[in-house]
Amino acid sequence: MKRLFKTVWVWLDDRIGISVLLSPMKHIAPQDAKWWYVFGSATLVAFIVQVASGVALAFSYISSSSQAYETLLFITNNAPFGRFLRGLHYFGASAMVLMIGAHMAQTFLFGCYKFPREMTWTTGICLLGFTLAMGFTGQLLRWDSTAAWSVVVAAEQAGRIPIIGEWVARFILGGDTIGGATLSRFFAIHVFVLPGIMFAFIGLHLWLVLRHGISEPPVAGKPVNPATYRAEYEELLKKSGKPFWPELAWRDVTVCTLLIIAIALAAFIVGPPVLDKPPDPSILAADPRPDWYLLWYFALLSLIPDRIEGYVMIGFPVLIGLFLLFVPIWNHKGERAASRRPWAIAMASLSVIMIGALWWEGQQSPWSPNFAAQPLSEKVVGATSGPVFTGAQLFHAKGCLNCHLIQGFGGRRGPNLTYIADELTRDNMIIRIVNGGTNMPAYGSSLKPQEVDALVAFLQSRKRPIRPQDQSTQAELSPTSVRK
Amino acid sequence: MDTSLTESSSAPPTETPEEISRRRFFEKLSIALIGLCSAIVGVPLVGFIVAPFFRKVPEKWITLGKVDDFQIGKTVSVPVVDPSSLPWAGITAKSAIWLRRKNDTSFIAFSANCTHLGCPVRWLEGAELFMCPCHGGVYYSDGSVAAGPPPRPLVRYQVRVENGEVKMSPIVVPITTEL
Repeated sequence: MKRLFKTVWVWLDDRIGISVLLSPMKHIAPQDAKWWYVFGSATLVAFIVQVASGVALAFSYISSSSQAYETLLFITNNAPFGRFLRGLHYFGASAMVLMIGAHMAQTFLFGCYKFPREMTWTTGICLLGFTLAMGFTGQLLRWDSTAAWSVVVAAEQAGRIPIIGEWVARFILGGDTIGGATLSRFFAIHVFVLPGIMFAFIGLHLWLVLRHGISEPPVAGKPVNPATYRAEYEELLKKSGKPFWPELAWRDVTVCTLLIIAIALAAFIVGPPVLDKPPDPSILAADPRPDWYLLWYFALLSLIPDRIEGYVMIGFPVLIGLFLLFVPIWNHKGERAASRRPWAIAMASLSVIMIGALWWEGQQSPWSPNFAAQPLSEKVVGATSGPVFTGAQLFHAKGCLNCHLIQGFGGRRGPNLTYIADELTRDNMIIRIVNGGTNMPAYGSSLKPQEVDALVAFLQSRKRPIRPQDQSTQAELSPTSVRK
Repeated sequence: MDTSLTESSSAPPTETPEEISRRRFFEKLSIALIGLCSAIVGVPLVGFIVAPFFRKVPEKWITLGKVDDFQIGKTVSVPVVDPSSLPWAGITAKSAIWLRRKNDTSFIAFSANCTHLGCPVRWLEGAELFMCPCHGGVYYSDGSVAAGPPPRPLVRYQVRVENGEVKMSPIVVPITTEL
């Protein structure tokens, strides 16, 4: 039997050339390329998970604006393994973004983008862009209320592109509004166009890895000299190189296995993102938010000054993209070791801190009004009648509570007013209420004088509680105690 | 090392000038034919994809309801169905606008899209303000910007009363193009 198998294999291998096809796997690589070098393979494996789970989901998903939501409900609630597959696709996307980020950080810090691997880096940056585009279009295919409104937000952002903005916006919407053409074009982009381009770029990226070899770990004091690098690299491989398969690949396989287990566990335990309301644009109680990997950018746009927002919206991604694409062009030689490149460490660290901090802010979204704010309780108000009580009711009815916090209740868009009476006088309060201020509407024309009085009475009751020691001090300083 | 395409396709030294010229001709012919094939397939393909750029919206006014359906002074969200939507649009053919009846015959229709990034603004009856959930843009009752990042007032649609019915101009998502 064994002999038969061997004969069949030899015949197939001769006719198809399987060994020749797989021979690049055995290319010689530096033996020190160890655990730091696994992120590229992990990204590729996450992509394969996406392709496999995406193909499976496409068996049931209908890319029609009117039916996609129902098919998603069916996949999630009725189809065998449907919930798991949706989770797999979601967490696979998250893993791919994380792994490509780690891969980019490692190659940047190791100076792998320098001569002769400039284009290996550049194709990788293109793949990063395509991955994020896949993430965004994938979120839109989760065709619920958030997705539908996210299309509008994307079109509005695209509208800011000089000259062609309005055209691009119409292209994204598939017309003048969301409608029958909207989802199907995102489906085509997500399922055919972007994956097709990505396959081509992954092929090119891998070809370049083979052509220029896996970069050796950097050594401080050993800069890249384009005139001598290739000869030195060849010498290194001759001296201590190892075949990638299986001498080095086992680490990649181990990490990829752990990654797939993690993705599958997350899909099984956490499950897919919950579907929002149906994609009915006439439901105006919607609050679109991007998925986590673009939440930091959403936060950035929310936090920067309004007057420069349009420029940042368009200019920031363009500048970051150009910087990443061209960094190996002006910085293609010299030191590779991170210890000799403090700016590289600073940039990588700042990027991680910035994205992390903005992501955290995005989670909190303090700039968004709280539409779910309920009227303040009697305990918080401290009165059941009179101007303070009336003022508290107005504070809710006039939308103040949507933006201001009182003892932990309300919104965070504006300042916390829990102890506002300690900071503002009665006159200052009236001026703010009537005239408005930064990010606050003027209520002068919509409030009657007695309503302003009631609101101010309520706000004047928002003081820090007096501590016992303060009470005793006050008692000592009071006129009666002085008289005694 | 690698051999470039030009080097590999260059004629061997033994070939005659006629042979080189013949080869050059076939090379150019093949490239031209590939270009022609690409154009035959590519032009309609690109045209099909970018067609929405040029799709004319029919000037069809949308009926919002009877005049008496709306109270004077009240601002309400009115669901509308885009009459120019594709047959398979389903619920995505729906939209909503904010409509206020000013007096017996006069109405104002506001777009529900925030001029900042298009999120759906909500009308706060008590506060007499429109407020956006995304970045906290606020508009006064006349649609002018009260606070936050919106660069311009809420877009208004044209409204007319015809045979006792309130009608509005075709609905579009207003795209802010200025930076």
